[in-house]
Amino acid sequence: MNPLAACSDCHSSDSLFSCTDTIPQLSRTRLAVSMREPGMSACRFLEDATRRIVCDDFACGSSLYGRGEELEGRSILIATQEQITAASAVLELDGVARRIVLWPPDLSLEHLPFVVSTAEVDCIISDHAMIASGSHRRMCYWPCSRNLISIAATDAPIQETEWILMTSGTTGRPKLVAHTLTNLTAAIQSRYKQDEEVIWGTFYDVRRYGGLQILLRAALTGASLVLSSHEEAPADFLVRLARAGVTHISGTPSHWRRALMSPAVTLLNPKYIRLSGEAPDQGILSRLQSTFPAARIVHAFASTEAGVAFEVTDGMAGFPASVLNENPLVDMKVVDGTLRIRSAGNAKGYVGHDAPALKDKDGFVDAGDRVELRDGRYYFAGRRDGVINVGGLKVHPEEVESVIERHPEVQVCLVHAKKSPITGALVVANVVPNVPPTSSDRDMHRLERDILQLCREALPAHKVPAAIKLVSELPIAESGKVMRQYA
Amino acid sequence: MTTRAKIIGHFTDVAREHGKELPPLTDETDLLESGLDSLSFAVIVTRLEDSLGVDPFSAEATVFPVTFGELVHLYEAGVKEQVRS
Repeated sequence: MNPLAACSDCHSSDSLFSCTDTIPQLSRTRLAVSMREPGMSACRFLEDATRRIVCDDFACGSSLYGRGEELEGRSILIATQEQITAASAVLELDGVARRIVLWPPDLSLEHLPFVVSTAEVDCIISDHAMIASGSHRRMCYWPCSRNLISIAATDAPIQETEWILMTSGTTGRPKLVAHTLTNLTAAIQSRYKQDEEVIWGTFYDVRRYGGLQILLRAALTGASLVLSSHEEAPADFLVRLARAGVTHISGTPSHWRRALMSPAVTLLNPKYIRLSGEAPDQGILSRLQSTFPAARIVHAFASTEAGVAFEVTDGMAGFPASVLNENPLVDMKVVDGTLRIRSAGNAKGYVGHDAPALKDKDGFVDAGDRVELRDGRYYFAGRRDGVINVGGLKVHPEEVESVIERHPEVQVCLVHAKKSPITGALVVANVVPNVPPTSSDRDMHRLERDILQLCREALPAHKVPAAIKLVSELPIAESGKVMRQYA
Repeated sequence: MTTRAKIIGHFTDVAREHGKELPPLTDETDLLESGLDSLSFAVIVTRLEDSLGVDPFSAEATVFPVTFGELVHLYEAGVKEQVRS
């Protein structure tokens, strides 16, 4: 009997966590091995705008020129332009590499030496011009092909690979978060209806936690996956999702607000819509339900550090307080107004010599998300540490402030969140210039433009302030520090 | 300056700042085909709120506009509403 079929149908049930059977431990030792298990649909594929890879070809094909096994035991940084090549490399290297380090899209290359030394990277895989690591370590550079090259199937040695994902840190330096495949797949449940074809589409990038979840879900549950390409226009991606006949789609509320502005969205006919990365408001949930009356709409709470904690299936914003005690596999509590999570899905910890501890003494991860209880339901109320969530991407105000304060005409500044109906929040800055802001309108406009230009050169787009406001002073707390209003 | 002219101005600014090529904006232009991603669009909406004083997207029941013409109409209605009240 196929062990994957031994579970009740998770996808049609209305209650949370009705299915606690997980995919057997054995199949998680190596992704490529579990993908070859019998019973997996034969027509599965992985596609982006330029190619479609049939998953069965992974058994006898290689994106690493058939020499992936020579990379055994290495700490490998996967820094590709296209996410589909990163996905191919990951499927081939899990169980072979000692570490897989995923370089997220739009992370500045200035952090490369830090990542290389912290994660002890000794091999870099890329699908475009090789990048110099700026490191004195012995480095092996490996090209990654956009197409699979046929090789003889072999049984590679198996070791447990450590997966390193990056998240945004206060100083602009990424934080390196270590996972095992077991952590990463803890929340993935098997499918009962194996004969029903599932085609996932995702607005996420597989090199970040949210997208990687979908890649692993597709790989381990016998589903296909449609990914976006580098610089593909949003409308073209929607048309491609529709043409591929996606049944399951994941993304943030911001992704959906944008997609709903396209006529192409009506071509989609999903059975299942999964929101995560940001707390959805009731408006987007209701609108998705009215646009796709046949779809089941679920929002999940997950973070790179805490893993997937819970899913909300009642179509309402926030989550019922009972969720905290519903799943025996995930311990949750609210302490000092923030959500704490302990589960098999938690990351192992941060990587690096002076990395902070991820868990408290009882093993709980503080997700840092503030929640408020109203009438038996919790609602998200921003971040404890002031982190701004721009369409699912984290921004630490301090990082943006340090860039703005590099400008010689800036005395001090305060970066904060502004609510946005499209991306949930945006970054805005109040800036105190050296000369009083009333001096000359033209000068002030020039300074605003100058500061924005500086930010655009130093920061990825989501961290660049949407607006700069020149002010004569910032509110100062009694402590003498600039007052921050975290909400 | 008309509401439409202000909106076109913000689209042009944001496209330039984000290094995007903007097609001519007519009533029939699909917003997604304007080449702007959700972040650019969010920036435009927040700047329009500053310059026009209205944010038609903040209402819960908002119908999301699909074409540029619908977007302009949404803001024109918002501005008119504001003058009346």
